[in-house]
Amino acid sequence: MAFINLKKKEVQAKIVYYGPGRGGKTTNLEFIYKKYKSRIPTDMVAIKTHGDRTLFFDFLPFDIGTIKGYSVRMQLYTVPGQVKYNATRKLVLRGVDGIVFVADSMQLRREKNVLSLKNARENLAAYKKDLTKIPLVMQYNKRDLGEQGIPLLSVETLQQDLNADLNVPFFEASALEGKNVVETLKKIISLTMASLSKDLT
Amino acid sequence: MEYTLDQKQLDEIEAILQSDFIEMGVHCVLMIDMAGNIISSLDNGEVSFDIYSLAALAAGNFGAVSAMANMVGENEFSLLFHKGQDENLHFSRVTGEFLLITIFGKETSLGFLRLKVAEAIKKFETILQSS
Repeated sequence: MAFINLKKKEVQAKIVYYGPGRGGKTTNLEFIYKKYKSRIPTDMVAIKTHGDRTLFFDFLPFDIGTIKGYSVRMQLYTVPGQVKYNATRKLVLRGVDGIVFVADSMQLRREKNVLSLKNARENLAAYKKDLTKIPLVMQYNKRDLGEQGIPLLSVETLQQDLNADLNVPFFEASALEGKNVVETLKKIISLTMASLSKDLT
Repeated sequence: MEYTLDQKQLDEIEAILQSDFIEMGVHCVLMIDMAGNIISSLDNGEVSFDIYSLAALAAGNFGAVSAMANMVGENEFSLLFHKGQDENLHFSRVTGEFLLITIFGKETSLGFLRLKVAEAIKKFETILQSS
């Protein structure tokens, strides 16, 4: 949960990019970091394996300005997507305020998306949180691969698989090219702030 | 882990960080929650690293070490300390929800610091229980 510092008039909130391995979570953060470098006073923190896979998390603090007199700092995290890293994935979810679910549009990854979303539900439940109640945005990533002839899942299929009961906002994106990365971020920030704003006086 | 801290509690926490740590020569001291948010932080004016990244990593590190403790049948490891050539890091849990991180140099002894941390934790617990 977010920390609202009444003394310093500051809000720190945690947004986690969740999803299956090699889905583009880190690429989302890297694009944001590149685009807004001037507003991010620090380096992006990444704990990776030698093979460049996220081992623990990536971390990017992001100042978004002032809301209701509070300066708001969004802390963006990614989780490791690989199944075997569930223990660390669960740690990153602790205190989460908003989630971006980065789904892989490749046909081959259909089942991995579903399993990862199920895993998110279970891990949140361990913190007594409910995926249907937390601010959530779906991002269907890698849409650019369709142009290279790689078979992709249709948006309808992805919606049916992942978003049928959740019914949250979704974006077709290409994290590599930056398409809809910022739109996804803006959406999750506004949903998260809306859910926090009742606590700001 | 919902919590709210009011202005008075934050002021009291900061006063303890100042008197028990910064004035004793500690380089930087942070109180964070387990999600990695900074509750309060003070330094000696010579700190150049990003404390927000440090807090995120510290919360992750502490979480990982606690999980390892549970796996081997321990509740937690009571001493969590990283020694460097010039800077050292010490972590300590405050109640169930918070973490105190101190960064100190060669001029401060670990034993003395641990004593100060233990004393301060008692004071913090009193402040935090008043909410």
